[in-house]
Amino acid sequence: MNKESFANIATVAKRELTGYFSSPVAYVVIIIFLLLTGFFTFMVGRFFDTGEASLAPFFIWHPWLYLFLVPAVGMRLWSEERRLGTIELLLTMPITTWQAIVGKFVASWAFLTLALMLTFPLVLTVAYLGNPDLGVIFCGYIGSFLLAGSYLAVSSMTSAMTRNQVISFIVSVVACLFLILAGWPPVTNMLVEWAPSWLVEGVASLSVMPHFDDIQRGLLDSSDVFYFLSVIVFCLFTTGVLIRSERGG
Amino acid sequence: MIKVENLRRTFGPKVAVDGISFEVERGEVLGFLGPNGAGKSTTMRMITGFLTPCSGKISIGGFDVQENPIASKKLVGYLPENAPSYTDMTVQGFLGFTAELRGYRGSEKLKRVNRVLEMCFLEPVRHQSIETLSKGYKHRTCFAQSIIHDPDVLILDEPTDGLDPNQKFEVRNLIRRMGEKKAIIFSTHILEEVEAVCSKAMIIDRGRVIANGTPEELKMRSQRAGAVSLKVEKVSGESLKSELAKLSTAERVVIEDETETRTSALVVPKQKTMNGDFAKSIYNIATQAGWKIEQINTEAGKLDEVFREITMPDTVEMTEPKA
Repeated sequence: MNKESFANIATVAKRELTGYFSSPVAYVVIIIFLLLTGFFTFMVGRFFDTGEASLAPFFIWHPWLYLFLVPAVGMRLWSEERRLGTIELLLTMPITTWQAIVGKFVASWAFLTLALMLTFPLVLTVAYLGNPDLGVIFCGYIGSFLLAGSYLAVSSMTSAMTRNQVISFIVSVVACLFLILAGWPPVTNMLVEWAPSWLVEGVASLSVMPHFDDIQRGLLDSSDVFYFLSVIVFCLFTTGVLIRSERGG
Repeated sequence: MIKVENLRRTFGPKVAVDGISFEVERGEVLGFLGPNGAGKSTTMRMITGFLTPCSGKISIGGFDVQENPIASKKLVGYLPENAPSYTDMTVQGFLGFTAELRGYRGSEKLKRVNRVLEMCFLEPVRHQSIETLSKGYKHRTCFAQSIIHDPDVLILDEPTDGLDPNQKFEVRNLIRRMGEKKAIIFSTHILEEVEAVCSKAMIIDRGRVIANGTPEELKMRSQRAGAVSLKVEKVSGESLKSELAKLSTAERVVIEDETETRTSALVVPKQKTMNGDFAKSIYNIATQAGWKIEQINTEAGKLDEVFREITMPDTVEMTEPKA
């Protein structure tokens, strides 16, 4: 990657990120994320009753919270460009399609990371109350960060399919829900009746949950990281294919 | 500068562009004319690299748009149809963003932005967010974006759409001025614009080029072109017709208006010329007959007539039934 493509990605990302903060989306998402994580951690997860100095009751909700919040952030990525017609402007600039895709993705990921980092008071709280394993907490944040990135890449892909943000949002939620539930017995049972075993195993292995859980427990295994990164790369690649197919003949 | 060969593009079963070829050199302004859905925008989108052609070749400044997209895009400034822009940005922010994508940074970027803000009369709104602007300002903001890097090639899809008459005038002047040093293609529905700005014009219909040439050449294709219109006082249409019938070079005489005091007629020659000889011979007949001539002139033809005649050949009413 040369200097020019890096500069192009940075320019696109900077614009995208400023775009979030010039609309109420950013503030709404951040506030709701913080409120909900607080609610689930303390009220539903009974953080204080567990008597453990760990953030497990906090991270355990992330796959479900992200299920709605990440598509809300990602749904506009490409559908908004298509609705406004600015996609024509952006893609006729002297940049490549993948620079635009990566730039936009990085900006939204950075935004989600910011929201995630604003939960730092929780870390301070456990550190004050007890003696937590900071390595595990660090892994928890890494896992959550990768999870957000994966969902976001899915949203990027669905938003490239349509100019309608609502459709983009719903399809993205369903796709992310599939990623959560893929290894869940009711889903695999549905397949096991008729599908060959390689397909059942294949579908089950798509699930984010085992990978997310591994990292939550403090096991930062390269295969788990590789899983999340491959979801991201695959979805961004598909985003590129979708955009190209619309332009191509 | 721009070379297009046998360009073709389909959308499903619909053929949008069907074998268009042309060239535009530096210093030329090519006007694209055609009814809605004729394939003008699709052609422009392929030249700018937004759409991929199904077949055919486009090269800009020697770079093939398919094989070398970045190099060719660098040479091109593009104003898409409906002038899209990021509405949540300020005018200055938006232009700064496009300047950065064009590779300008720091003081050079600022200089570029200021230059186009001035050229497009956007200074009063530079800090305003684009969504609060009127259509004319939005349009000029997007136009400003297309010239920020002072490109060799400009592709403008309906650059004067939605502007008021003064702004149209300004934009036309701007295009004409820039056309001296650049290769420009622009599409429009306004035919007088083509006459005012273009050095070449092309009429496109159903994906094909159906006429091309200078605006003057195109106008010559009009039925009226080369005909002489004549207004005389107190001569009946009948006697006018019979006198002019003596003229061997005239094909037919059409009485367009007849009142007690004045008769106007259109004399169509057998062969179209613009040199005025035909008008002279009519003048001679008129003076011999002792008519009082109020007005006599050779019609230049109208572009909108040509446009209608060749894009809708079946529905154009003739000046007179052919029979």
